[in-house]
Amino acid sequence: MTEDAQTRPATVDLAAAYEESGVREVLEELDREMIGLAPVKQRIRETAALLLVDKARRELGLASETPTLHMSFTGNPGTGKTTVALKMAELLRKLGYVRKGHLVTVTRDDLVGQYIGHTAPKTKEVLKKAMGGVLFIDEAYYLYRPENERDYGQEAIEILLQVMENNRDDLVVILAGYADRMDRFFESNPGFRSRIAHHIEFPDYSDPELLRIADIMLGQQNYTFDPAARAAMEEYIALRRGQPHFANARSIRNALDRARLRQANRLFSKAKGPLTAADLSTLTEADLRTSRVFRGGLDVDRARRAEAAE
Amino acid sequence: MRLTQGQFSYLPDLTDEDIRVQAQYAIDKGWAVSVEFTDDPHPRNTYWEMWGHPMFDNPDAAAVVYEVNECRKLHGGKYIRVIAFDASPGWESIRMSFIVNRPKTEPGFRVVRQEGEGRVVRYTIESYAVREPEGQRYA
Ligand SMILES: Nc1ncnc2c1ncn2[C@@H]1O[C@H](COP(=O)(O)OP(=O)(O)OP(=O)(O)O)[C@@H](O)[C@H]1O
Ligand SMILES: [Mg+2]
Repeated sequence: MTEDAQTRPATVDLAAAYEESGVREVLEELDREMIGLAPVKQRIRETAALLLVDKARRELGLASETPTLHMSFTGNPGTGKTTVALKMAELLRKLGYVRKGHLVTVTRDDLVGQYIGHTAPKTKEVLKKAMGGVLFIDEAYYLYRPENERDYGQEAIEILLQVMENNRDDLVVILAGYADRMDRFFESNPGFRSRIAHHIEFPDYSDPELLRIADIMLGQQNYTFDPAARAAMEEYIALRRGQPHFANARSIRNALDRARLRQANRLFSKAKGPLTAADLSTLTEADLRTSRVFRGGLDVDRARRAEAAE
Repeated sequence: MRLTQGQFSYLPDLTDEDIRVQAQYAIDKGWAVSVEFTDDPHPRNTYWEMWGHPMFDNPDAAAVVYEVNECRKLHGGKYIRVIAFDASPGWESIRMSFIVNRPKTEPGFRVVRQEGEGRVVRYTIESYAVREPEGQRYA
């Protein structure tokens, strides 16, 4: 679809393009809904600006290639990678870089087969589903198993690389995982490294940030802490961080889910007479303090079970 | 002789972008799109070989173009078509069908006359291509 020189505009209005695209709304939403993550937000704003300028350059005939948009998101569990990927997909759609803007989240098992001839069709199915949107590969390094030279992951990697190169207009791939393991993955798979233009690092949340995240999560479900409960949550966060399988915001979400369960039990077994809306939506100190986290934490076995249930 | 079957066959060959837009129309209607190929172009040959499964859950038609190109790699010398299948209740019907790939040379069809009892003559057509065994037609 090469445009004639005559049909090209002589100037572009970046500010107008920005307003029309609806990118502002997505960035504001990101700012509002996601606590902390300052460096991530900054990188996303920069990326949005770059893509907007790039689009303008193509409109003026200064560039013709679609830029490489594949990204890597590195950070510990529960630092918001999946949530930001959803926003990124929407952003790319508004900027006109993907047509549909849906997010398809997969891990190794969705791409790699069990026997010869199983992997290619599996990987291709996933890629086709993701076309028009964003393919998010969580813990991407599991695709590569150097200890087994016949590993089918290699086949998935080859197809991925091919499609990332040849179908750049059709989908954007985001690889996600822990920083150190991703680094090693890129070292042994230079093909991936060279196809990825944007690396975004997700820092761990501080304790105050996690407390605010807890507030937001509760607010979204129409619950609140009473003051003593909020203080208990603050303590909980500090303790939980030092215990095994800490997963940033995900640990908070799980803690709140269990607190709501305890609250329901408490209301059910103790309440006499009619309950008000406030009763039904307030978490008290007791709902939190009964957590095992306050008694030295989950032993490893229990933690495993909790992880599996997550 | 240019084969004219299905939609758009009197138009110049569709580009990949044309194919994408048409397939997207079908997807947006909720129809399952599939890719098929054959080297037997007889108009009554309704059963072409399936290239993979019908695509039920691909929101974007780039997936269709991708499969068409995968099919071309192996069957580029044959006819390839894209069909859209409407599975909504009460229907079992092809809603769209168009050729997206054809052999370089298309020798066309000959008329065969069969003389029956009396002075009856039965007419039928046969494509020159099928005189060769499967897989050896169209060079
Ligand atoms: N900055 C934040 N503000 C509010 N909520 C957040 C924030 N970061 C994460 N969350 C919430 O925490 C939960 C976990 O986040 P998410 O799934 O995006 O993390 P992740 O990095 O993808 O984790 P994993 O690596 O384990 O898959 C989600 O419910 C999300 O809504
Ligand atoms: Mg995730």
